[in-house]
Amino acid sequence: MAEHGGPATMTDYIKHHLHHLELPVGEGRFWVLHLDSIFFKLLCAAIFLYAFLRVARRATPGVPGKFQCFIEMIVEFVDTSVKETFHGRSKLIAPLAITIFCLTFLMNFLDMIPVDWLPAAAGAMGVPYLRAVPTADLNTTLAMSLMVFLLIQYFGVKHKGIGTFVGEMFTAPFHAPGVVGKILLAPANLLLRLIEEAVRPISLALRLFGNMYAGELIFVLIACMTLGATLSSGLTYVMAPLQFVAGFVWTAFHILIITLQAFIFMMLTIVYLSMAAEHH
Amino acid sequence: MENITQIADVMSFTVIAAGLLIGLGALGTAIGFALLGGKFLEGSARQPELTGMLQTKMFIVAGLLDAIPIIGVAIALLLIFANPFIGQLGG
Repeated sequence: MAEHGGPATMTDYIKHHLHHLELPVGEGRFWVLHLDSIFFKLLCAAIFLYAFLRVARRATPGVPGKFQCFIEMIVEFVDTSVKETFHGRSKLIAPLAITIFCLTFLMNFLDMIPVDWLPAAAGAMGVPYLRAVPTADLNTTLAMSLMVFLLIQYFGVKHKGIGTFVGEMFTAPFHAPGVVGKILLAPANLLLRLIEEAVRPISLALRLFGNMYAGELIFVLIACMTLGATLSSGLTYVMAPLQFVAGFVWTAFHILIITLQAFIFMMLTIVYLSMAAEHH
Repeated sequence: MENITQIADVMSFTVIAAGLLIGLGALGTAIGFALLGGKFLEGSARQPELTGMLQTKMFIVAGLLDAIPIIGVAIALLLIFANPFIGQLGG
């Protein structure tokens, strides 16, 4: 791993792997664009759109090809999940769900590429830092969950009307019969509602980010097992097979995690949106 | 290296913190997963025709469940291998 001319010690190696390719656009640490996250997210979106558009254009009612079967499986899987959870009529939820699922899965899947390949390839082209997995960047996941948050509010207003939407903020979840009771309970209701709404995007973003970040870090640590190893040292011959086994086990487990996290992000989006559309 | 005792202090506390992060997270998740799996088996033994639906829902809850400890593990690993506090000491 160290033969790419990369940093030698373990801490430097990890820090190098956790460093984004940054582009400052303003004052301070806040106004920084992570170019690598943006690039790989756009790349994933392009792959997703290309694959699905190609299949949709060439879709045949006769004997479908293997790739069309695969895409149809995904579409049907998302369709059943949406139908089970959301009982109203909406042209938005199913396309949104399939976009979130496929895009998140593709971005998570970049974690499966060996950790040194992309940074080393970028290093050879003169790019100093590169973090491939966009979902291991809090900015990406928070952006996605904030969009979901805005859609939740939009759905609530659209399905219930602005009057009911605002009224519910003060009258649910605690109900009181009289006018005095309603006024007394209004602050508590509003507070609970605000907390509930604020927690959703944060937990959605942190869940995906935490899983992908931990996964990436463990891959980096597995890569560290033979960091700076030489053929003359005896330890190399112990660590190399061990590294292979550890990498294999974690990759197999991580395939489950990336699919599960993409599925959960999609599922929670559907659940939140259907909750927003229903009357209390 | 005049602040070597300070660095040693930070290191020892960091290791304890990482151990607590991983250990307590694992404890909670273990109990949670045991309850979840047990209830799932119970439910599908009582009504085997619902197994498919229960399995999907179990995986949703499983994903919710392992998110918190994995965040703990990520922070613990970061503390151990790329400790930000030692950098602040200028060591």
